[in-house]
Amino acid sequence: MIPLSFYLILSAAFFSIGVIGVLTRRNAIIVFMCIEMMLNAVNLSFIAFASFFGDSSGQVFVFFVMAVAAAEVAIGLAIIIALFRNKLTINIDEINILKW
Amino acid sequence: MDKLGNILHSLNFFYPEIALTLTFFILLLVDLFFRKSKHLLPVLSLIGYVITGYFSFTTPNASGFLFSTGMANVGLYITDSFAFYFKLIILLSLIYTVLFSILSKEINESTENRGEYYALLASFGLGMFLLTSSTDLITIYLAFEMVSLSSYILAGFTRKVPRSAEASLKYIIFGAVASGVMIYGISILYGLTGTTNIYLINFYLANQNYNTLTLVIAGLMIIGGFGFKISMAPFHFWTPDVYEGAPITITAVLSVASKAAGFAILIRFLKVAFVDYAATNLQASLWAILPGFQWNDILAVLSVLTMTLGNLAALWQNNLKRMLAYSSIAHAGYMLSGFVILDNQGILAILIYFAIYLFMNLGAFFIVMLISDKLGSEDIDDYTGLGYKAPFLTVSLTIFLVSLTGIPPTAGFIAKLYLFAALVNTGWLWLALVGVVNSVISLYYYMRVVKNMFLRESISTYEQKIELGHVLISFSLLIPTLVFGVYFKPLIELAEKSIRIFGF
Repeated sequence: MIPLSFYLILSAAFFSIGVIGVLTRRNAIIVFMCIEMMLNAVNLSFIAFASFFGDSSGQVFVFFVMAVAAAEVAIGLAIIIALFRNKLTINIDEINILKW
Repeated sequence: MDKLGNILHSLNFFYPEIALTLTFFILLLVDLFFRKSKHLLPVLSLIGYVITGYFSFTTPNASGFLFSTGMANVGLYITDSFAFYFKLIILLSLIYTVLFSILSKEINESTENRGEYYALLASFGLGMFLLTSSTDLITIYLAFEMVSLSSYILAGFTRKVPRSAEASLKYIIFGAVASGVMIYGISILYGLTGTTNIYLINFYLANQNYNTLTLVIAGLMIIGGFGFKISMAPFHFWTPDVYEGAPITITAVLSVASKAAGFAILIRFLKVAFVDYAATNLQASLWAILPGFQWNDILAVLSVLTMTLGNLAALWQNNLKRMLAYSSIAHAGYMLSGFVILDNQGILAILIYFAIYLFMNLGAFFIVMLISDKLGSEDIDDYTGLGYKAPFLTVSLTIFLVSLTGIPPTAGFIAKLYLFAALVNTGWLWLALVGVVNSVISLYYYMRVVKNMFLRESISTYEQKIELGHVLISFSLLIPTLVFGVYFKPLIELAEKSIRIFGF
């Protein structure tokens, strides 16, 4: 049997890759993909803990996280479209009317 | 009690939330059939909020756990007087936001689907109601996301305005990352304790051995998520951009209601999960925090950082909306300093501060909205000489700004007095001093607006016709701002009744 810590290390690695992606990528859609990756890393650690404890509430939590992530992406894409109609770009560096 | 019986019993205490849910659905449905009507939807949402308020008052305040999971004697949801107080604040600011929206040119002219606007406002309110009363990490996360998702859309509601769409995108990216960090913290906390209920988490932490470092990391991640909602530094970067870009009615409700919900859950989470039941005298004294990590030190640093950053950045703002955004960050810092004490006196100060902050901040945003609808600009330089052209509005704005600074005889003074007195009484003298110095700094940028309005010659061809609605709403905000500065006893009594969190 694979020990719990392996899953947790994988989850932490996924989460860090997601965070780095959000910070470095300039395309808004790729930023959203990185956010999805962060949430999936969280799901992995929930599932690992739930199976470790033999407790179902962690697995229930995963369903809620997935549903919320779907809603978040739907809204995010709609916002990206609204922004693209205004500025004809989704490059985050060029979205800079509001600053300091 | 069997499960169905438990749910039916729980519904008796759930009427306010049910009323809000129905308001949401009715607004969506009515919007389908009566698209032309201009005043029907706001009136319907006002009726819905009043009914919600009625149920909030009639529903008993001590319910015990609602929606129990059956395995242990704990539940997902609670109603107590602490939640009731924050629900009142949220409801009041929702009602004011609807009133503002009826008068706002921005909302009525720049978009054709007002129906969704009012419906989303109701779902925003429902999310905040749920957030104030949640006692399980699952309900906390869901309510948190419900607030966030509705507010992302509302911030970009005037989507043809470029800065509104931009604000919305920045908001959702920051928000999604913050909630991702928070949920990762929650998963670690779940892994540490094996439960998602905050009362059971407390029970576990008090009785079992655990790795302190893991707990601190998880706690900091969760506090970071809540800190995003209350725009606490270093999670405040979205605040100025979103406040400037969003329609001003939404800015007003974000600055008061969603901050109130964030504070409610932050206080509830820390107090329930990390306080040592056995060692605390629950009535008045300092709470005994579970050994291992002193949360007040980190909270004190965050509070100082928040108020100082907010005040210093506000100094060189030219856009009034953006300046008020930074000022709201600073106010979050003051309120957070009340929480640093970790005792009931500090919570009392926060509750009083919030009630007063509601009136003065909404008032300032309302006047700025009225002026910018006519002037077409929120630039402080364009306010030059307005004092002589629109005396009523500018005098009201001056009173609100004076109150935000915290000068007597306005209510803002009482709020700060209680806060700093609580800090001094409990030995946090240096924190109180930082707060006072920050208030002095804030005087400069608030008074700069007043100076521009009254002490300089007018350059614009601005004309304002005062309508009855403007005067009535302004007075309903002005009177509490002034009266609570002199006669504040009822407010204190209400707040004293409301510091009780269930079980503590």
